Amino acid sequence: MIEIHNIHKSFGGKKVLDGVSGVFETGKTNLLLGASGTGKSVLLKCIVGLIKPDIGSVTFDGTYYTNNKLDIRQEIRRKIGMLFQGSALFDSMNVEENVEFPLKMLTNMSKSERMDRVNFCLSRVGLENANHKMPSEISGGMKKRVGIARAIAPNCTYLFCDEPNSGLDPQTAITIDELIKEITEEYNITTIIVTHDMNSVIEIGDKIMFLYKGKKLWEGNNVEIMDTDIKELNDFIFANRLMRDAKKVEDERAEEEDRVEEERKGETR
Amino acid sequence: MLANFGKYLLFIQSLLARGEAPKIIFNRTIDEAILIGINSILIVAIVSTFIGAVTCVQISYNLTNALIPRSTIGFMVREMTLLELAPTITSIVLAGKVGSNIAGGLGTMKITEQVDALEVMGINSASYLVLPKIMAAVMVFPMLVILAMFLSIGGGFVAGALSGEITPQEYISGIRGDFVPYNILFALIKSVVFAFLISSISSYQGYKTDGGALEVGEASTKAVTNSVIAVLVADFVLAQLLL
Ligand SMILES: Nc1ncnc2c1ncn2[C@@H]1O[C@H](COP(=O)(O)OP(=O)(O)O)[C@@H](O)[C@H]1O
Ligand SMILES: [Mg+2]
Repeated sequence: MIEIHNIHKSFGGKKVLDGVSGVFETGKTNLLLGASGTGKSVLLKCIVGLIKPDIGSVTFDGTYYTNNKLDIRQEIRRKIGMLFQGSALFDSMNVEENVEFPLKMLTNMSKSERMDRVNFCLSRVGLENANHKMPSEISGGMKKRVGIARAIAPNCTYLFCDEPNSGLDPQTAITIDELIKEITEEYNITTIIVTHDMNSVIEIGDKIMFLYKGKKLWEGNNVEIMDTDIKELNDFIFANRLMRDAKKVEDERAEEEDRVEEERKGETR
Repeated sequence: MLANFGKYLLFIQSLLARGEAPKIIFNRTIDEAILIGINSILIVAIVSTFIGAVTCVQISYNLTNALIPRSTIGFMVREMTLLELAPTITSIVLAGKVGSNIAGGLGTMKITEQVDALEVMGINSASYLVLPKIMAAVMVFPMLVILAMFLSIGGGFVAGALSGEITPQEYISGIRGDFVPYNILFALIKSVVFAFLISSISSYQGYKTDGGALEVGEASTKAVTNSVIAVLVADFVLAQLLL
């Protein structure tokens, strides 16, 4: 479980995060939802410690992180896996070396143990037979898979994904989302996913935090999100015509049910 | 300007704090050294050979006084090569070649979040990426400078012989006359200082890149221009201090 408390961050007088608090639960895919430029990536970077918040604190399973001693922070960092927006694979290394890298740097595993783990992680994300390809030779979807394999290789306890399905076709996007959800549940880790994609919300939104202009406006799950009175959130969700149509159909069905119910009551009376 | 210099110093300091295991840094240094050496050897060879040849031809063109022995040409080519041309011209060539490579590579890693990926793993990215580059440059530059010395003097020899300005015997007696071993040491000290300046300035420029591909290009350009200026200033300072 990751808790954040009252996170503020400004860049050169421009307020990007304005007091965000919340809890991200273990074994669930926690979504940070919001339009582009609302500070989702900055919040994620504040949580993993790539950016220092001006005010506020982050706690990993009860251990205070943000301004704690370096060795405690390092200890927690070693349990963090992160999938970056552009995958951020090391482009001087091939697929296998990319996944092996954190094992080499962070563990005392022998070469053969490392290779076993690498091959296990690569097959877990559905990537066999790509071990010796360079990042420049593989597709965007495959890069994300390698990125996930690299993130989970050292047995991470916390997984962070910044827009894991941006730039992918809808079908690949969904398989990547599902892969992240499966891994989260299988290993019971705490996963935070930054997204602005409604497909992800519907597919894997166990717990959603909606950010708007640096503030948390709403939180809930992917069922509750369809039925709120927060204008900014509704504008965001129903910006898409398909979503509006789906909502209309749903509302009509609900009305119809109500009407049938009324009639039934009338008859029995 | 001054603020930038301060940030540069802080950057250098950050390389030494919280470093990775010496074995890892050592292995990375060897890799980088091989890369720098292989990528630069051809250009250094070409430039130094021609510089030696041109120096020889031009000195003999200027040296028309019959009272001065022709072997002086060989002597002057040697002195200019050892003191100035080999270390400084080689370093300026390397500022273009190695400097832009370092800044471009680090800049790209920065904007594609590869640096962040290292940091998230708890690795001090500055020390992991930059320290080996600096140590490799400090190791390899003197070797390249020694190579440049030989080739430059050899270039002068060939040019002199081909143009008929100076016979091989005269040239050889010229380059053997009045030899001061300290000059070699001075050249090597210079090359080490230049190597440090070029690799650290270029790393600094690459490492502070923010934005996109355009900024990476800018970082490369700045790396080269700032390195060249630093090399020339240091050249002057070292000459004042050590000669
Ligand atoms: N390092 C930085 N320096 C200055 N401004 C930044 C920095 N990082 C992000 N910002 C600004 O913060 C705002 C939110 O950015 P970001 O978190 O990337 O948005 P998103 O929600 O799309 O991920 C943007 O306006 C961006 O310009
Ligand atoms: Mg973002």
